[in-house]
Amino acid sequence: MDDFIAARAQMALSLGFHIIFACVGMVMPFLMAFAHWKYLKTGNEIYKGLTKAWSKGVAILFATGAVSGTMLSFELGLLWPGFMKHAGPIFGMPFSLEGTAFFIEAIAIGFFLYGWDKFNKWFHWFCGFLVGLSGLASGILVVAANAWMNSPTGFDYINGEYVNIDPIKAMFNEAWFPQALHMTVAAFCATGFAVAGVHAFLIMRKKNVEFHTKAFRIAAAFAMIGAFGAPLSGDVAAKSVAERQPIKLAAMEAHFETEKGAAFVIGGIPDEEKGEINYALKIPKVLSFLATNDFNAEIKGLNDFPKDEWPPVAVVHYAFQIMIFFGVVMICIGSLYLYAFFFKKQWLNKNWLLKTFLFATPFGYIALEAGWTVTEVGRQPWIIYGIMKTVDAVTPMPGIQYSFYFFTAIFISLSLIIIFLLRRQIQMVPKLYDPTDAQFNSKNKKS
Amino acid sequence: MIYVVIGFLWLSVCLYVILGGADFGAGIVELMTKKKNRKYTEKIMYESIAPVWEANHMWLIIAIVILFVGFPEIYTTMSTYLHIPLVMMLVGIIARGTAFTFRHYDAVEDRWQIIYTQIFYYASLLTPFFLGLIAAATVSQSINPDANNFLDLYVFSWLNWFGVAVGLFTVSLCAYLASIFSLRETSDRLELGLMIKKSHQTMIFVVVTGLLVFFAAYFSDIPLTKWIFSKPLGVMSISFATVALGLILRAMHNRKLLPVRALAGFQIIMILVAATYQHNPDIILLGNGQHLSLLKHIAAEKTISALGWALVLGSLFILPFLFYLMFSFTKAKGKS
Repeated sequence: MDDFIAARAQMALSLGFHIIFACVGMVMPFLMAFAHWKYLKTGNEIYKGLTKAWSKGVAILFATGAVSGTMLSFELGLLWPGFMKHAGPIFGMPFSLEGTAFFIEAIAIGFFLYGWDKFNKWFHWFCGFLVGLSGLASGILVVAANAWMNSPTGFDYINGEYVNIDPIKAMFNEAWFPQALHMTVAAFCATGFAVAGVHAFLIMRKKNVEFHTKAFRIAAAFAMIGAFGAPLSGDVAAKSVAERQPIKLAAMEAHFETEKGAAFVIGGIPDEEKGEINYALKIPKVLSFLATNDFNAEIKGLNDFPKDEWPPVAVVHYAFQIMIFFGVVMICIGSLYLYAFFFKKQWLNKNWLLKTFLFATPFGYIALEAGWTVTEVGRQPWIIYGIMKTVDAVTPMPGIQYSFYFFTAIFISLSLIIIFLLRRQIQMVPKLYDPTDAQFNSKNKKS
Repeated sequence: MIYVVIGFLWLSVCLYVILGGADFGAGIVELMTKKKNRKYTEKIMYESIAPVWEANHMWLIIAIVILFVGFPEIYTTMSTYLHIPLVMMLVGIIARGTAFTFRHYDAVEDRWQIIYTQIFYYASLLTPFFLGLIAAATVSQSINPDANNFLDLYVFSWLNWFGVAVGLFTVSLCAYLASIFSLRETSDRLELGLMIKKSHQTMIFVVVTGLLVFFAAYFSDIPLTKWIFSKPLGVMSISFATVALGLILRAMHNRKLLPVRALAGFQIIMILVAATYQHNPDIILLGNGQHLSLLKHIAAEKTISALGWALVLGSLFILPFLFYLMFSFTKAKGKS
């Protein structure tokens, strides 16, 4: 494996890993705060137990998110010094603000986890909510930095020099809003479905049914918000990509020839050599409409761009298709749930509905990872779109493949431990968290 | 504005060494404790760092962000030539942070606790050791961008006796801080007596490894004594640190625990002043004679002013909240 590929692989792996925890960190505290609010309003001890159970999950996942985030802040320099040397001062503004948001999150989590019965109950509740709010702010700010790589502004690039730097302008780049919106909604969708799926499974096992049903209802509500928000925010994102990065749009759709009234391509196998796509389902004029709101607009094809500026078409296309596919599936499940909720209450306790959610547990995260692949791989070969190529940014240090193997091992072991830990949390629900259970507060307790 | 940014960089490095250092020290002190006393040491250490440990490590992130936004050349030089020790430090941070969390949030207590605890111990040693090593590499002129082979560029840039000595010194400083900070968390006289004994031991480590640093500097031709003792501020800060040591011993003897904490923090700041003031504003001394300076190798002016404002505004939010967190948990403990 050459150093450049190893560096890209390590970065991709680190981002892919971090995104999962970052999204949980953005959304899970809101679920927790919601359960906590229900407890404070109703005095129902089950909600208190649920809040505590979820807060332990938040703590474990937050710690993992914090260390993987720390890793990324080092890796930017360890792997891409050529990039950071120029980009740091331009796109660093959101990172410095994110530091504040993340710091507040870390303090608030301290108050929340260790503050039961120590503070005014609403102050305590607010700290939990603040964990979510500051998590959300960090996410949105980090996306601003990534968006700048897709839509570099706030400087002039003259003779290879970066001059007239304006970090504020760079932060408010054009890609920020659409990317951050889609990302946030996707985080709600992914976390909502994941949590709902886990609790659906536990309801099916017929243990602590009331506890898990309450948890499931809250998580499913969050999943709905995400599932229905995703296509709307996705549309905003697609239009923005079409305008700023037409080559990325063309790769997403494996759209080779420039044409008016371009068709929306579903599935298919792109052939980069011949510049065509086989076995695809094509819906006439829809791509033009989605990209520009005009059925007859012209959409530039890949062939109109120099081939050395093409992103890896197949990867981007498949990732995009995967994202769309799982997005649609989640909307269907969401609609089904809403229908049941309003018109067929008896369905809500049916095993098939729970099973559907169980299968959907990973869907949101698959879509999220696929979406990030579209954003990141779709920008290649550029690290700063149109300005600096990724290959020119990589560290001169040889032997990066060993670093890649090493970090891969770390990520795999961390993932395994976290799954193991979360399983143990779930196993302890009767003893630690469900006050209606006969085993509650029995031996082997840890506060 | 550049001075505001440098001020915050300095502040976050200091706070990271003091608070993050005490966190690492907690693991080291536990490791140094005999098996039969480990249970209560673990409890004391946990009580003293649990609510703030997430926040303590934020200071490192702040320092890194300040470096890459405000001083990109310094950041990229370090991350290129000190790649290997930075990775080692990173591994320590990851392993320690996660092992600590897993140990305390795992719902079941069984033999897995032993594994988390072992990881926690050794990661607590690893991180400050490499932190010290990296700090030493920045001033020992061992980084030479003009070298032309792998070993000189990426290995001997940090691997030398001076670095190892500074690494050991940092480890002992962390253990010292943790043992001092934990004095206030003890719940009875017996525990306090044992922890004071522990503080005496770590103090001896600090003095011994401190001397080791001077020896290593002498044998590696690094004019450390000249750097520190040739300017009044250096002499002053070293004297203050020494006087503080005496005062700490006395306050410990009289069981006055709050001043002990404050004095230990002050001591660390004095040591950092002594170690860095001589080169100020240069932060990296390269082997090819070039110096990277906090006043010269900076980002564009607009970036620095935006960064300065972000830091000022951020600290308005963070500092009161953080102090309230620390204060309320100290108070809560006082009551119980």
